[in-house]
Amino acid sequence: MLALILALPLVGFLINGVFGRRFSAKIAGSIASAAILGAFVISVSKFFELYSMDESSRVIEQVVFQWITVGDFSLPFVLRLDPLSSIMTLVVTGVGFLIHVYSIGYMDHDRTPPKFFAYLNLFSFAMLALVLGGNLPIMFLGWEGVGLCSYLLIGYWYEDDAKASAGKKAFIVNRIGDLGFLVGIFTLFGLFGTLDFVAIKDVAAQNATTVSIATLTFATVCLFIGAMGKSAQFPLYVWLPDAMAGPTPVSALIHAATMVTAGVYMIARMNFLFALCPTTLMIVSGVGAFTALFAATIALAQNDIKKVLAYSTVSQLGYMFMAVGVGAYVAGVFHLVTHAFFKALLFLGSGSVIHGMHEEQDIMKMGGLKKYMPKTFLTFAIGTIAIAGIPPFAGFFSKDEILWNAFSSHHGLAGTALWGVGALTAFLTAFYMTRLTCLTFLGAPRFDAHHTHPHESPNVMVVPLLILAGLSMVGGFIGIPGHSWLAHWLTPVVGPHSAAHDSMEYILMAVSVLIAAAGCGLAYFIFVARPEIAAKSAKQLAAIRKVLSNKYYVDEAYDGLFVGPIKKLSVALWKHFDVKVIDGLVLGVARVSKAAGEIARIAHTGELQLYAVAVVFGLIAILGYMIYGINL
Amino acid sequence: MELISSSIVSLTVFLPLIFGLVLLAMPADTEAGKKLLKTAALAFSLVVFLVSLGLYGRFDASYVGFQFVESIPWIESFGISYSVGVDGISLWLIILTTFLTPIVILGSWTAVEDKLKTYYFLILALETGMLGAFVALDVILFYVFWEAMLIPMYLLIGVWGGKDRIYASMKFFLYTLVGSLLMLIAIFYVMSQYKAQFGNYSSAILELYKVKTAFDGFWSPQTLLFLAFALAFAIKVPLFPLHTWLPDAHVQAPTAGSVILAGVLLKLGGYGFIRFAFPMFPQAVQYTAPVFIALGSIAIVYGAWVAMIQPDIKKLVAYSSVSHMGYVMIGLFSLNHLAVAGSVYQMLNHGISTGGLFLIVGMIYERRHTREISEFGGITRIMPIFAVIFMIVTLSSVALPGTNGFVGEFLILLGVYQVHKVWAIVAGTGVIFGAVYMLWMFQRVMFGPIRNEENKNLKDLSLREIIVMAPIVVAIFVMGVFPNIFISKMDTSIKAFLAQINV
Repeated sequence: MLALILALPLVGFLINGVFGRRFSAKIAGSIASAAILGAFVISVSKFFELYSMDESSRVIEQVVFQWITVGDFSLPFVLRLDPLSSIMTLVVTGVGFLIHVYSIGYMDHDRTPPKFFAYLNLFSFAMLALVLGGNLPIMFLGWEGVGLCSYLLIGYWYEDDAKASAGKKAFIVNRIGDLGFLVGIFTLFGLFGTLDFVAIKDVAAQNATTVSIATLTFATVCLFIGAMGKSAQFPLYVWLPDAMAGPTPVSALIHAATMVTAGVYMIARMNFLFALCPTTLMIVSGVGAFTALFAATIALAQNDIKKVLAYSTVSQLGYMFMAVGVGAYVAGVFHLVTHAFFKALLFLGSGSVIHGMHEEQDIMKMGGLKKYMPKTFLTFAIGTIAIAGIPPFAGFFSKDEILWNAFSSHHGLAGTALWGVGALTAFLTAFYMTRLTCLTFLGAPRFDAHHTHPHESPNVMVVPLLILAGLSMVGGFIGIPGHSWLAHWLTPVVGPHSAAHDSMEYILMAVSVLIAAAGCGLAYFIFVARPEIAAKSAKQLAAIRKVLSNKYYVDEAYDGLFVGPIKKLSVALWKHFDVKVIDGLVLGVARVSKAAGEIARIAHTGELQLYAVAVVFGLIAILGYMIYGINL
Repeated sequence: MELISSSIVSLTVFLPLIFGLVLLAMPADTEAGKKLLKTAALAFSLVVFLVSLGLYGRFDASYVGFQFVESIPWIESFGISYSVGVDGISLWLIILTTFLTPIVILGSWTAVEDKLKTYYFLILALETGMLGAFVALDVILFYVFWEAMLIPMYLLIGVWGGKDRIYASMKFFLYTLVGSLLMLIAIFYVMSQYKAQFGNYSSAILELYKVKTAFDGFWSPQTLLFLAFALAFAIKVPLFPLHTWLPDAHVQAPTAGSVILAGVLLKLGGYGFIRFAFPMFPQAVQYTAPVFIALGSIAIVYGAWVAMIQPDIKKLVAYSSVSHMGYVMIGLFSLNHLAVAGSVYQMLNHGISTGGLFLIVGMIYERRHTREISEFGGITRIMPIFAVIFMIVTLSSVALPGTNGFVGEFLILLGVYQVHKVWAIVAGTGVIFGAVYMLWMFQRVMFGPIRNEENKNLKDLSLREIIVMAPIVVAIFVMGVFPNIFISKMDTSIKAFLAQINV
């Protein structure tokens, strides 16, 4: 019963959404958590069912109902669990469950917790539809559904204009990507005559030599544009940093662990098409690499704890695209999984800090929090080590897998360049994450200890942190180089392709560990050991800092280039074209007839009824003419 | 197969008018009398809805052609007859009409207080006019209903409308009248051609489909005749650039008028293309299709852009109609099966979602007597139930998957893309701009802090208002999740329609 995995969160949504008005955070949160826990349990059992099946036939399918049927075109609501979607399902429901539980504590003092939990459940439903959907339109349904929930949850505290605007921005930027996705769907339909993943794969395999690669390249680029929107890649990443306006558990679940990885999942799901289009893959890996580096530089200069994590997410997603762009789908999915662990951990940790600091998010007003919230510090530090790529924590394995695949990809020289960008990003990642941890937890407090009393979070929040910390420590072992369980598991979906392992891999591995250690060490040195260096260099680098902290002025550029001109043009179209040109013509015609009417004024009394009578007689006259007169 | 001969179609069509006449005879001087009058109007419209469901129940989805046909000679010397019937396309437009009528009657419960009798009579008379146009199988009969409908609508705007109602209603009336006069001339021409080719007169559409009109590029009878029909229907749709009557009419019309105008009257434009213009002039359709697809695509983007910067919510919704109906046009003219099905579906969707939006605008107008977006802000906090319903209708309008809007737009764009890639992409940008104008408006009205003192004490929806909106909300989801309920009944007719054109 795959449908049950989706149905449970949907039921949770309905219970809280329809009947929940007076529920407390505990009740609403328990209902929502139970729903997602149920989905997790079923996902686990389905995973083992899949595991016990023969490797070549690992697919569980369920047709729930017929969605749209027009003539021969049939679109069933079909769900399909295969090795790839089973991994995603486990991540979405597993990490999702922890975040639901955490939210019970985090949203305790909120005005409308049932609404919050209803949205969270609705999100889980949509995300699971995206993952399990057996054809492109169902994936698109989930794709837009998670976008809707993202919109609703970013603007959850809607009375704040900035937050409401951030939600709207997320929806609209995503819709730009979604148009790309739609055009991709339409093109694939034209090529293959079906929208079902398995059917497309079959048709593509049968016509491998005849299918137009140019058209397919166009289709896959369009799909990637969709991924750029959903997974916040340059130039459509601008919504994600603003999305931090939402409650922090939302940032953890939607804007770090699950939804934003949908683009990576989509490409992995359709790897058999992308693999036919080298140009597309080049674009994917190029955009991914650029975004990874670009976002990492911005993260260096952010002082909002969540903004640092947001740009970090954009950057890490860039890594994943770099991976799938060089055909290393396993590495991309691997990093997706480990990132879900440590980034959810980091976001929830930041939420714990914000909670304990009474809604303060500026790390310049923190410092020394280790003493007040030791468990949060411990887990946050683990998350930092994991993302920095220090072995044997999770991020090390997955990031290294990507770097190695990039280096040894068939792009040749480009491979080295990709590796270089990736390695540089790894250094920056280690640096800004250590900076973030140090400024938040170490050193002397920079807040007024008389007025602010930071406190550790309740267990309902700490326990999820501990579990995620554990996963961030050991999660990498599913993909040990040379003995990767994950690569083996995913082979039926993405094929056996993986870079060969040779001594070069171990050399590069050593290099990347050194890079990570250097990044962490340098940051620790600057921000803890010698804080005066930080102050001095801040002055010297003021110009660069300004550009970085203003995020390269990309938002301003978009406003100036697109938003402003379109608004001006719209006003002009309305006030000049609509009112003056079109209505002018219409009224002009009316005026001419009126002038003509002046001559025959006697016959006109100005009463519409009389005109109507005249019209009727006129018609009769014409009728008579038509019938007895000449045929035209 | 043998069809049950009965007069269920005529019953559906004329029942509202008869009920309307009954209302005129009722006393309505006292408060109790007024209440009884309103209740009676509502009950009558519900009866009509139930009767129309009888059509649905007895409709045979696999039958090609018209069902429940009734035909009585009217003006025999010209072959004009009273003949009516239903196919899978008109079936749903009929049900849309009978579905929306009780909703607008209950919706105007408190908004309209003077000349009640005439008001409800006109609404029911209008219903008869619209239903008649949807079932007419005789082109002259169609024309009579088409024109007759104008009068109650003109009066509804002109008597119960806003402050510029006279200007708006005249503009509406003249625009439509001018368009339909050319169509009438074209009808006469086709009838005379029929006489020339078959020896006798007829105005039955199934007969007129057989008329061969010469086609040879633009300056040939078929193209010109088609354009004469198209002008009338395009004004009604309204297709860019013939849309400027619509914002004025909507803004000035009372809520019920706007809902019926957007919900049903505009559909008559699309329906006219399907029932008359396309099957009679297939070559001209194919010849002119690129122009109409271009205009439809432009309408989608243009309507969305102009909607975006409207300061008045009702005008914004009016321009959004221009945009949404653009989808209907491109779908029809693509002559692609998926897109045509999408277009018919989109007509129903637009009736539901835009009808819903006009009801919503009416509800806040009743409370604040203004529709300026800048007067609002933060309403969600004061009116939470209203906020939820408004959001759902908004999502339907932006075609979110799971709502009705998606099914229509997806099928249309999917189909059109197979034929005209570039225009499909231009039209597709409506997906983005639709979200822009709707969400921006929603934010300014519903989100943010409460800026205006006058909004602080607004009341959330009453039970009556919730009952008004409930059927709309249910329809949005049912049509979004189970579209096959609807498409399965119309698909045979759509296939037959396409077969007529692709000859």
